[in-house]
Amino acid sequence: MKLTRRHTLMMAFGSAVAAIMPFKAFAAVEDEIQAFTGGADMGSDGITLIAPEIAENGNTVPIEVNAPGAEAIIVFAAGNPTPAVATFNFGPLAADQSAATRIRLAGTQDVVAIARMSDGSFVQARQEVKVTIGGCGG
Amino acid sequence: MKTVFKGGVTAVALFAAYAVQADQEANLVINEDIEITVRTDAPEHLENLSTIYSGWVFRSSETQALQMDDFENPGMIFVDDAIDSWNTVEGSAGESCASCHGAPEELAGVRAVYPKWNDEAEEVRTIAMQVNDCRTSQMGAEEWKYDGGDMINMEALIASVSRGMTVNVATDGPAQSMWEKGRDIYYTRFGQLDLSCANCHEDNYDNNIRADHLSQGQVNGFPTYRLKNAKLNGVHSRFRGCIRDTRAETYGVGTEEFIALELYVASRGNGLSVEGPSVRN
Amino acid sequence: MADNVKPRVRVPRDATAGEEITIKTLISHPMESGQRKDGDGNVIPRSIINRFTCTFNGETVIDVTLEPAISTNPYFEFQAIVPETGTFEFTWYDDDGAVYTDSKEITVG
Repeated sequence: MKLTRRHTLMMAFGSAVAAIMPFKAFAAVEDEIQAFTGGADMGSDGITLIAPEIAENGNTVPIEVNAPGAEAIIVFAAGNPTPAVATFNFGPLAADQSAATRIRLAGTQDVVAIARMSDGSFVQARQEVKVTIGGCGG
Repeated sequence: MKTVFKGGVTAVALFAAYAVQADQEANLVINEDIEITVRTDAPEHLENLSTIYSGWVFRSSETQALQMDDFENPGMIFVDDAIDSWNTVEGSAGESCASCHGAPEELAGVRAVYPKWNDEAEEVRTIAMQVNDCRTSQMGAEEWKYDGGDMINMEALIASVSRGMTVNVATDGPAQSMWEKGRDIYYTRFGQLDLSCANCHEDNYDNNIRADHLSQGQVNGFPTYRLKNAKLNGVHSRFRGCIRDTRAETYGVGTEEFIALELYVASRGNGLSVEGPSVRN
Repeated sequence: MADNVKPRVRVPRDATAGEEITIKTLISHPMESGQRKDGDGNVIPRSIINRFTCTFNGETVIDVTLEPAISTNPYFEFQAIVPETGTFEFTWYDDDGAVYTDSKEITVG
């Protein structure tokens, strides 16, 4: 990519804006994540989050989480007014540690799933879901 | 019937090719049991289309999946509500729907041929009109609001027992003049945006209008559970929404114009299967 | 109690001992998030189902905490082990104190 002066200026401006803008939104979810994990480091193996790349409609978005051996899985929508979505606590008669549900997403954002494993460790999966608004849907 | 693009530049700019997500080759089988025809040759009276498609094929694969199992389809909880209503005695005659009609399954085939001409009443009737006639004349009960929850749920029940059956509404005989009236409305431009049903649903189905992936505007899947408002929606409500989106004053629910339009639009789906309650955007 | 709240649950009618089955649950409920405003601009207060549990012969299968981001007409699908003949109990707890329940029997033979 040719780095014209215009490009460089735009990139600098863009990254400055990016540095400021999502900060508020993501701060909320980071706090809630900390509350769940107690600040522990999170791995990324052993948990699957299935969500559409583009949501047909932000009001009803199907998702699935799966973390074999987990005690609980918590789901956040990082860009929603309140990020917490649900916590799945698995009992002794759960055949596996998976669950599917439908959630509301206020706009394009990351959906985050974090599992607390039986050994006290945490693993997370994150996926961006695009939510489009506008059209003639009536 | 040809449509001429007046103000054509603006209209064309609204439509963009759709690139993502919908699996348009997929087939719909509900509960691994009911086969639904979602694409077929257009009926003869449709001059401008060679193939007709159910709205199902235009939705994302996640949305399509919601309709494939009656325990995943949120519209089915409302069918359950209607079954309760079906069995409830109401009105001065002390009857329920079940008293005359037996089980809801006895009405299999009804949804597939409505709206239709009623000889005694000498008018074209939609299912809602027929339900209200039954309620007032046979049950001595009050009419339900045309697009209220009770009526829409009952329409969903009546549709659900016809799933898989081929839509086949009559366009000739006594219904013909209403059908022609509906056809004329379909091709009439409305509103500040000067759009007819055909501009989007015949000329531009499969394209995007801003963020919406356009279908052919078929009604074989109505009442439909819309993800957007998380409830069942009836045909006339949808017509209102569409016309309002052209920034026009819209006709009312249950008016003659909409009955005519419903008859015509239903006939554009002759050959597809009854699919309601469907799941759409 | 919210109006017209109706559960709809699918559990197979029978299973072999120790089999893993899929359970699908749906309940009609508006899940008023507390984010919407009425015509006069006043916030419509939050009123949701905040917890869902499934037990089998008294033992927990799953216990879900729901937040306002769960869609209207909450849906949950999960897997359960069926050790013996018995009854699945499903319970939904509403913010307003109402409790909705459903139960399904399953035969192991």
